[in-house]
Amino acid sequence: MDLSAIDPVILIASLMVASTPILLAATGELIVEKSGVLNLGVEGMMITGAICGFAASVQTGSPALGFLAAIIGGAALSMIFGLLTQVLMSNQVATGLALTLFGLGLSALIGQGYAGMKPPPTRPLDLGVLSDLPVIGKIVFSHDAMVYVSLALVALVWAFLRYTRAGLILRAVGESHEAAHALGYKVVRIRLMAIGFGGAMAGLGGAYLSLIRVPQWTEGMTAGAGWIALALVVFASWRPWRLLLGAYLFGGITVLQLNLQAAGVAVPAEFLSATPYLVTILVLVLMSADRSRAALHAPADLGKTFHASS
Amino acid sequence: MIRLEKRPSPSRVWTAATPVLAVALTMVAGGVLFAMLGKDPVAAIRIIFWDPLFNEQFASYSRPQLLVKAGPLILIAIGLSLGFRAGIWNIGAEGQYIIGALSGAGVALALYPLEAWFVFPLMVIAGGLGGWAWAMIPAILKTRFRTNEILVSLLLVYVAEQILAAMALGLMRNPEGGGFPGSRNLQQYPAAANTELIANSGMHWGVVAAFVAVIAAYVLLNRHMLGFQIRLTGQSPRAARFAGVNPNGLVLFCLGASGALAGLAGLFEVSGPAGQVSIDFNQGYGFTAIIVAFLGRLNPVGILLAGLLMALTYIGGELAQFMLNLPAAAIQAFQGMLLFFLLGLDVLTNYRLRWGKREIA
Repeated sequence: MDLSAIDPVILIASLMVASTPILLAATGELIVEKSGVLNLGVEGMMITGAICGFAASVQTGSPALGFLAAIIGGAALSMIFGLLTQVLMSNQVATGLALTLFGLGLSALIGQGYAGMKPPPTRPLDLGVLSDLPVIGKIVFSHDAMVYVSLALVALVWAFLRYTRAGLILRAVGESHEAAHALGYKVVRIRLMAIGFGGAMAGLGGAYLSLIRVPQWTEGMTAGAGWIALALVVFASWRPWRLLLGAYLFGGITVLQLNLQAAGVAVPAEFLSATPYLVTILVLVLMSADRSRAALHAPADLGKTFHASS
Repeated sequence: MIRLEKRPSPSRVWTAATPVLAVALTMVAGGVLFAMLGKDPVAAIRIIFWDPLFNEQFASYSRPQLLVKAGPLILIAIGLSLGFRAGIWNIGAEGQYIIGALSGAGVALALYPLEAWFVFPLMVIAGGLGGWAWAMIPAILKTRFRTNEILVSLLLVYVAEQILAAMALGLMRNPEGGGFPGSRNLQQYPAAANTELIANSGMHWGVVAAFVAVIAAYVLLNRHMLGFQIRLTGQSPRAARFAGVNPNGLVLFCLGASGALAGLAGLFEVSGPAGQVSIDFNQGYGFTAIIVAFLGRLNPVGILLAGLLMALTYIGGELAQFMLNLPAAAIQAFQGMLLFFLLGLDVLTNYRLRWGKREIA
């Protein structure tokens, strides 16, 4: 065992990369849940995004087109969920599960023949002087563009929810769809847009996994990342900046356990691999044990079906 | 313009008709999917739904497989349906299935090579307890800390998979296996083997347990106070509270029962058809059982039929893989589609379609 082989600078730098997929997916889901919809299909949309992005970028040779395809793929899949839950008023929990099961099958189907291929490489962004700074340069300023995009999206979502009229309407729909409907807002339309955004973000997160983080395609490669993203939204008590904190915490644990495995710590590798899931459960318990906080921030109409009777 | 009008109570006709309609629509949509993959859609549907049962060449092999595959699906789905009815979502049956199998197989491997009548019954108890204990984690977290049972039970699947890998590579590895991962083959340990009860029928103890579970669940839901409380809680949690239902007790019961049944399914699989603990021992029965539970309308008899149908798509899917080179994933997507159609069509059960202009309220 050689713990000195773990370089803290590289560790923190790779932490940002490891947390980006779930951060993207969780940011999307945050908007969905703020609108009062619980979409448990994040895992399915992520993996669909992963293969759509991978396939498109291998075919075209462009990672950017890959990410675009992932956005389209994730959003398209989420529209199935939108149609079923918003127009046909099906149970959101069951439909979300169906979306995950379907997404896993569909992605494996599309992904045939892509196993073992290499996607076109994505270069780290060249930030000139900033990237050359000692320590900080390596940790913060030497990543690919998507890492910064994900940070920008968190900021955007925060500002959208806090400062814009549209954000206020979205929250109103999530808190009380009856009241929002009475005020003349199109509940179903607003929720469909939120669901589509959630799908696009989950797809983007999945593509980050298959194009940059891994980078490769294997069946079921998201390995629960979508579920962790869902847990993250609860952890963040539906607030964007806490999402960032949670994602980095989770990314840190993932990277640390991988490094410990590589360093040959005298703990079975399987146990280390299970730690991200165990820590997620632990965090969920801590959050939900605090009754006042959990109840305060959850959208009041989360998961309820809306049917305009008049 | 079509308008939806809520029915005062769900339509009985549509409750029974939607699964049938959903299967029919899935066949059509699946045919389109298979055609897009460049396969003959009619042949594919025939191979999946007809040939396993009636083709002279394959039926002798496939028919027993029907019960082998349906057994665990029904067993798990019956357990899940109890919780689903009460709005308690255990979606980690896959994990409980793995832990049940590991507990049961652990007993067998610890007692090996003892030949005694009590080995198999002990394994059954251990398997059920293992699954029960794994489901108690989300149950206790839910009742004590109000932690979301959906996320916890699902995340525990990944933990269980890691434990399975650790066991297959470490503690339970066959000492005479030449270093290959995987345990001793329980089929070759007579006291622990879950053998076919009637030759070439596919009938093993797991299938018997599944039938018993169907009957027990039917009696529970229709004749027992607890079953009434489960149904009441599903329809109106508030009313159930006033009627004196203890919500925490219900969570413990529903998650515990579904965990124990999933654990039993795992045990019967590891000691029977699978034979040994291996890294990829679990085949996703725990997730497919969710589809079975919904397809069977959360009704014990319905689940029995749905389990058989789902088993058919598994076997037919394998056959189509072999005959048409249809990818295995296509069947998974096909099963997911079935659930979509079912959930979508349910609108007809709960709402009435009205044609004509929207009148002014």
